[in-house]
Amino acid sequence: MQLVINGQEKDLQSSGTVTQMLKELDITGSHIAVALNFQVVPRSSYDQTPLNEGDKIEIVHAVGGG
Amino acid sequence: MTDFTDEQIERYSRHIILPEVGGVGQRKMLDARVLMIGAGGLGSPAAYYLAAAGIGHLGIVDFDTVDLSNLQRQIIHSTERIGMLKTESAKKTIAALNPDVNVTTYNERISSQNIKELFEGYDYIVDGSDNFATRFLINDACVLMNKINIHGSIFRFEGQATVFHPKNGPCYRCLYPEPPPPGLVPNCQEGGVLGVLAGIIGNIQAVETLKLVLGIGESLSGKLLIYDALNTEFRKLKLKRDVNCPVCGDNPTIKELIDYEEFCGTA
Repeated sequence: MQLVINGQEKDLQSSGTVTQMLKELDITGSHIAVALNFQVVPRSSYDQTPLNEGDKIEIVHAVGGG
Repeated sequence: MTDFTDEQIERYSRHIILPEVGGVGQRKMLDARVLMIGAGGLGSPAAYYLAAAGIGHLGIVDFDTVDLSNLQRQIIHSTERIGMLKTESAKKTIAALNPDVNVTTYNERISSQNIKELFEGYDYIVDGSDNFATRFLINDACVLMNKINIHGSIFRFEGQATVFHPKNGPCYRCLYPEPPPPGLVPNCQEGGVLGVLAGIIGNIQAVETLKLVLGIGESLSGKLLIYDALNTEFRKLKLKRDVNCPVCGDNPTIKELIDYEEFCGTA
């Protein structure tokens, strides 16, 4: 499935949910956020949020500095 | 009705002629109570501009002293102030800029023990802290005390800013449920930061604070603004309150403040 992740086109094997995408990308941790088509997905919904061909994904990392 | 001196009318004339501000808005700013957490990279520009704008009551919390390595971005301090408490240095700079501003300094490290007392009496909390432990503590205290949190954070060439408005929108934990484990994410001391970035994000925090005080425009509540300085890109992501959020959700599991210092390790 083709997705646009942080502005880059990516072809993923998994065609499923946010959880499966993160697993395939090997991204873990509670200090990241995922936005699907510019809407941040609540963590508790990762399992139930399906991805579709061409979806725009932003993976954001917590930034702590000040 | 708004009771200004001639000097104040002149000082704030560029505000007062704005229809969205006017004399009424300027009076709101002079009556406002804003607490700045940190007089560092974000706190320097934010506090400086809030003071220039005429925010009448400004609390500044910082336990640190001015260091030479701060001056690449912390513009409220100066070379001759090296070694001085940051709160004192900030207070001096603000006093020279605008005598209308009452600055209260708190030379303390924020913890679960003193945060409620610090927040008491302020309506707006501007988070310019430099570590995740403090950021999560500030968030939880704002949710528990129903205070508006004007959030900004920076690292290398990237900045993030948003407003967390308890009961009206999401909180920091709706975005990031837990702090990263110790050592996983480098801090600015380890990873570096483009000095000017602090000015951009700190001033976005200042603008958002003024808008909230004035009750004008649309705040960043429910939106995460991400600034990528290298590619000159501003992205805005929508953020909703998570009904399962551990602190502001429908069935919160966090009801008391947590000091993450011990295992967060990002001072």
